[in-house]
Amino acid sequence: MARRTTYVDETLTPQIAGGRTRIQRTYWQAARRRLVRDPVSMGCISILSLMVAAAIFAPWITPHDPYVTSIVNRLKPVGTPGYLLGTDELGRDMLTRLIYGGRISLLMGLLPIAVATLFGSVLGVVAGYFGGKTNMIIMRVADVFFAFPSVLLAVGLAGALGAGVVNVLISLSLVFIPPITRVAEAATTQIRTQDFVEAARATGASAPRIIIGHVMTNVSSPILTYASSLIGLSIVLASGLSFLGLGMSPPLADWGLMLNTLRQSIYLAPVNAVLPGVMILIASVCFNLLSDGLRTAMDVKP
Amino acid sequence: MAESSMPSEKTNPPLLSVRGLTAAFRSEGMSLDAVNGVDFDLTLGKTLCLLGESGSGKTVTMRSLIRLLPPTARIGGRIELDGVDVQSLDDEHLRAIRGTKVSMIFQEPMTALDPVFTVGHQIAEVVVWHEGVSWSAGRKRALEMLDLVQVPSARRRLDSYSHELSGGLRQRAMIALALACRPKLLLADEPTTALDATVQIQILLLLRELQRELGMATIFVTHDLGVACEIADRVAVMYAGRFVETGEIGEVIKTPQHPYTIGLLRSTVHAGSEKGRLTPIPGAPPDLLNMPPGCAFAPRCSRAVGACSDHVPELAQVKPGREARCILVSETTPS
Repeated sequence: MARRTTYVDETLTPQIAGGRTRIQRTYWQAARRRLVRDPVSMGCISILSLMVAAAIFAPWITPHDPYVTSIVNRLKPVGTPGYLLGTDELGRDMLTRLIYGGRISLLMGLLPIAVATLFGSVLGVVAGYFGGKTNMIIMRVADVFFAFPSVLLAVGLAGALGAGVVNVLISLSLVFIPPITRVAEAATTQIRTQDFVEAARATGASAPRIIIGHVMTNVSSPILTYASSLIGLSIVLASGLSFLGLGMSPPLADWGLMLNTLRQSIYLAPVNAVLPGVMILIASVCFNLLSDGLRTAMDVKP
Repeated sequence: MAESSMPSEKTNPPLLSVRGLTAAFRSEGMSLDAVNGVDFDLTLGKTLCLLGESGSGKTVTMRSLIRLLPPTARIGGRIELDGVDVQSLDDEHLRAIRGTKVSMIFQEPMTALDPVFTVGHQIAEVVVWHEGVSWSAGRKRALEMLDLVQVPSARRRLDSYSHELSGGLRQRAMIALALACRPKLLLADEPTTALDATVQIQILLLLRELQRELGMATIFVTHDLGVACEIADRVAVMYAGRFVETGEIGEVIKTPQHPYTIGLLRSTVHAGSEKGRLTPIPGAPPDLLNMPPGCAFAPRCSRAVGACSDHVPELAQVKPGREARCILVSETTPS
């Protein structure tokens, strides 16, 4: 992408751009501008940034230690002095644990999707651009993964690999590669037959150049939109795995795991028990709304 | 544009020489012959118009010249462009001549320009790739090109996306893109078909002017006789993948020899035809998978005789520079 932006500055030399008032905008600059102007997207970005920042700086901003238990302070209600969001079933501060939990949960949302987007879009674009046997091999393998519902697949893979953060990351990445591949392939197949790809070939562009320069840019909008809509799902799946005991193990702070352990206390302290779920809800809704905004912003046509 | 020198006509070998060109599409036991032996020469500064119905092989003929066909296509025959045997080029060298020696403009400028890049960027990109110049130099060339193709307020259009331009401007931008590296041969695939009538003539006039100015050769594919009259020096009428008649455009229009050309002219509206009824050619173009024996046009021809189906007639010379592929012509004219 760097290549695309490099010539912007160079062109502002006087003999070419002299007296020009309109600012040169690349596709990405225009898309970013549209995104910034969308209040919903910006709201979501703010909330998510806050969550990410809190997760990163957790040791400095949290009032308590997330792992120190205290039998006497069990299940304090929300608003207890010193425990803003109450305590859990082992007397650990909920606020602290929710902030620490964000570390794992957000990582579970972002990292598998990033990995899956990388592999999925390359596989999909290659399959879509070259077609024929290449397409058949890649897409049939993807179909095998498609045969299982994503939750079942995640459970199966995580179960096979065993519990643990790294294994959950791996299994979630594997779960999301096929759907992203499919979206990338569909978008590429559509783009490939367009005249501008032919036109690029007619001007002597090589296949890698066409794929990187023209196909990738054109399919990035549907891929990124779809991928960002999966972040919420990934968080939920990771929480689900933790809930089932296939993901993180206690005493690690993770929203899904917290939901699981607080489950037994739901009649004693319903508000406390629901809080991790609320965090999952907020994060996934924000990611989904952001993906919506992203789609609008990246749509080329006005 | 000063460096695009035009060699003198006399010592000038043809820029493009095509002999026995064939193109077939192969897939799973099927073979579809789209082009069945096409020969022609083209010198710099001239325009050859390929005229024919849909499916007559005109576009495939043109695309074969730079091997811009899907991988299932098999191209045969000899194509010599500016002293280079196109058939023997490897991919790298083929890419090097595409865009620099030959370039192409398309029928639908909306889809032929990449929607996510500005017009200026796309033109600059080609120049940067081929000539290895800086982006600012490429952009400067893009501006020159847009000026050359008479885009009003070119500087502003440089930063426009294709969807922000009108159809005519888009096609002008496409032409600018095609000419950015000053090709010697321009391939135009029905570049005016998608435009409305007033814009059509502007584009045709522009192409003619550019051709004169840059001294390049043009192959122009169209199904529109009127467009052919406007732009062509020579015309080649195609039917079922073969040239059925070639000649100077004026002569072909005035004294068509092949029954297909005659039929084509009768079914076209032109000045002085208000009173008479248009006569369509009966039947449909032949199925390329199941070609009739002998002359492909015979089943639709009102003057067909039994011998028509015996073998494919040769292109017979009517007079120098004028040929027709019909046994009636070869019978009446000693060759």
